[in-house]
Amino acid sequence: MVEAPDGHEGPGFFATSLDAVIGLARSNSLWPLPFATSCCGIEFMATMGAHYDISRFGSERPSFSPRQADLLMVMGTIAKKMAPVVKQVYLQMAEPRWVMAVGACASSGGIFDTYSVLQGIDRVIPVDVYVPGCPPRPEQILDGLIEVRRIARTESLRRRDSEEYKALLQSYQIDVY
Amino acid sequence: MKQHLPADYLPILVQIAAAIGFIIFAMTVTHLLGPKIKGAQKNDPFECGIESQGDARTPISVRYFLIAILFVLFDVEIIFMYPWAVNFMKLGWFGFYEMIVFVALLMAGFYYIIKKGVLDWERLDS
Repeated sequence: MVEAPDGHEGPGFFATSLDAVIGLARSNSLWPLPFATSCCGIEFMATMGAHYDISRFGSERPSFSPRQADLLMVMGTIAKKMAPVVKQVYLQMAEPRWVMAVGACASSGGIFDTYSVLQGIDRVIPVDVYVPGCPPRPEQILDGLIEVRRIARTESLRRRDSEEYKALLQSYQIDVY
Repeated sequence: MKQHLPADYLPILVQIAAAIGFIIFAMTVTHLLGPKIKGAQKNDPFECGIESQGDARTPISVRYFLIAILFVLFDVEIIFMYPWAVNFMKLGWFGFYEMIVFVALLMAGFYYIIKKGVLDWERLDS
């Protein structure tokens, strides 16, 4: 059971701010898009299992369609050939959307400092949370998820219309209108 | 049996109007008030991150349609048999012969279908 946000309570009603309610709803129902490529994907499979249950944080339904996902979890080595695919998947997600780079390869290329590996997915898409590790244990992935939940809970509702968001997308050559 | 006036069915119309009204209200309000962010690649059909080519039109074998349409026809025939079953004794011999004629006409159609080989999916050409 989640904690109620601060608000005014009375007999039969509870009044709080819309930001708090929407943040509560969003943070407790993040549906991940598991973009699992390598060993970190196996750790994510363990995280989804019963022992380290990710669905108790609300991520009950991993979706492989970006249209229905909130959180893009990139887990594994992304080759330069795969980079446009990651970018296209990110573009086709609907706002509000967050990105988690799981593992060293997704964060910075990891140990593969070579011509074929993309040195971190933040070269093509904006990333919110980085989870270091090679591979990170399920507890670390859950820690990253808790951080994304904190971001989702405190994010402004009009962020997608803000100049900061538009400038961020512009810096990645992502055109939206 | 109690006689029903046409005015007794007014609540149904009210229910239909309320349902349609809610749909129209919800759709217009969300379309007007909701945030819209579009992008060229954002609106593209999702094809696992690669560019989609062409459309999704592929020719589908006609036998699926035939099976479905035959189901509809024979299902309606069965529906006609339910009131016959309920009023079997009251309809008497005349009703029985009428139903035999009805079923015979449909069985003639069924015989035609079998002879045409529509239900035989083993053959390559339908």
